[in-house]
Amino acid sequence: MLSISNLSVTVADKPILKGLTLDVPAGEVHAIMGPNGAGKSTLGYALAGRPGYEVTGGEASWRGEDLLGLEPAERAAEGLYLSFQYPVEIPGVPALTFVRAAINAQRKARGEAEMTATEFLKAARAAASALKMDFDMLKRPLNVGFSGGEKKRMEVLQMALLQPSMLILDETDSGLDIDALKVVADGVNALRSPDRSMLVITHYQRLLDYIKPDRVHVLAGGRIVASGGPELALELEAEGYDKFLPEAA
Amino acid sequence: MTALDLKDAESFPSRRDEDWKYTDVRRHLRAAPEPSPAVGVHGAGPFFELGGEGLTFVNGAPLGVDHFTAFGDQVVRLRFVSDATGTGHGATATVGVRPGGHLTLLESHEGHGSGYVAHNRLIIQVPSQARVERIVLVDEPEDVISVTQAEVTLGEGGAFSQTVLTTGAKLQRIETRLKHPGHGAVVRIDGAYSLSDKRHADLTTEVDHVGADGLTDQLTKGVVRGEARGVFQGRIIVREGADGTDARMGHHALITSERGEVDAKPELEIYADDVSCAHGNTVGALDESALFYMEQRGLPTDEARALLTEAFLMQVVDRIGHEGARERARAWLTERL
Repeated sequence: MLSISNLSVTVADKPILKGLTLDVPAGEVHAIMGPNGAGKSTLGYALAGRPGYEVTGGEASWRGEDLLGLEPAERAAEGLYLSFQYPVEIPGVPALTFVRAAINAQRKARGEAEMTATEFLKAARAAASALKMDFDMLKRPLNVGFSGGEKKRMEVLQMALLQPSMLILDETDSGLDIDALKVVADGVNALRSPDRSMLVITHYQRLLDYIKPDRVHVLAGGRIVASGGPELALELEAEGYDKFLPEAA
Repeated sequence: MTALDLKDAESFPSRRDEDWKYTDVRRHLRAAPEPSPAVGVHGAGPFFELGGEGLTFVNGAPLGVDHFTAFGDQVVRLRFVSDATGTGHGATATVGVRPGGHLTLLESHEGHGSGYVAHNRLIIQVPSQARVERIVLVDEPEDVISVTQAEVTLGEGGAFSQTVLTTGAKLQRIETRLKHPGHGAVVRIDGAYSLSDKRHADLTTEVDHVGADGLTDQLTKGVVRGEARGVFQGRIIVREGADGTDARMGHHALITSERGEVDAKPELEIYADDVSCAHGNTVGALDESALFYMEQRGLPTDEARALLTEAFLMQVVDRIGHEGARERARAWLTERL
């Protein structure tokens, strides 16, 4: 279970998250919805340990392990995966080289044997094919010159290969047309399992038609202000976020 | 300024010479050093496995001949070996190729001992329709002074490509001067420096376009750590009448420490019309967002930094044409990151 309790985070001395509390049990998919500027991306970055996102209070743990005291790479080895809203271009490092290095770094951190080149290539070919990606694209520097849709597929391909246990998807639908969205959602859904949790961050309800959440939470003003079943997302789509905005805003 | 002569302290350039502003030899070397002794050769050099002819200098003395002219398609391993302590030496080598020929010049500067001063000169003759690719690996102790000066003459329709890789020294300068005749002649003049501790490397180049329609493409990259200092001086001159010249110069450096320093002086002097010249120069730190992205996927900070740094410098190595030399250079640099 992902357990977040009273989490407060500042960015450049500005409070963004102000006592956020949330539990995501194993095997469940929870959606975080909210207006722009509510702190949705900040939650993802803070859980992943991005420098500059300073935790000023509260706790966060995954499977009982305190996340906040770990380095970003250690959190990854514990199974945490953040799918970036804007995946970063890594010039000069071929995607295949990068993903294999990441897998083996995680395995090493967990005391497991490295994946051989043959095993890796087989897995990478299968994952690329499932996501309808041209395998040759994986020989190019990671994300360099990729379209928005290709970058998102690349994020899902890495998930499929790294097999994380806790996924945070930050606006994974942004920049995708409907066909690409289906492919990406199928890729994410294929990873659903009883021992894997997901936190789906999205501004729009559209993604939740394809990745169906067990629970929906509304993040506004740095806190979870409402929680409910999937019907809450539909309600937000119809009525907007106005009633959840802090009055001061 | 008179030409640098190790026997004459008056000839040592200082920062008062504009071209030596960042590499002040006189500050580090007050008097002419005692001559280095004659010694035997060490090892086989970093390019041994690529075969070809050998041209070797040890403490300035040639083992056999001091010049070579290639016929047809040849590989020459040119080794400048230093094995001295506190003394000085220098050599002048001449390499060339027959018109229409193709020479791959695999040059290594191999330093042993400490506190020596080396000054090696190289004359490279590339006649019409000939091609020369020069790949230089420079590996010297941290407390030595070395200056390497190459003069390249290039004929119309000829091609000269160069890639210098170095880890620096106490004071190190690698200089290349080339007169570009244009008229179908093509020049690529690249370099990469990877410096740690208090090392200093100065890559200075001058390409002088005297004929029309010449092409020059230059890429230099560097990484500076600790208190090291990287210097890039790139001058491209386009003389009157050298119309249609196409010249691009790029220098990009990473500084990964508080006290590292990079001095870059890109210069384009253009006296002709209808030319296409561009230069780009950037000095910065590793991309923090790329680092975080890589760490998020499980790469520890050091590994992520190393991978990014390696990728940054390897863009220079990727441009080496000779496949065997390219892979050798890649391995050589990887061992020294």
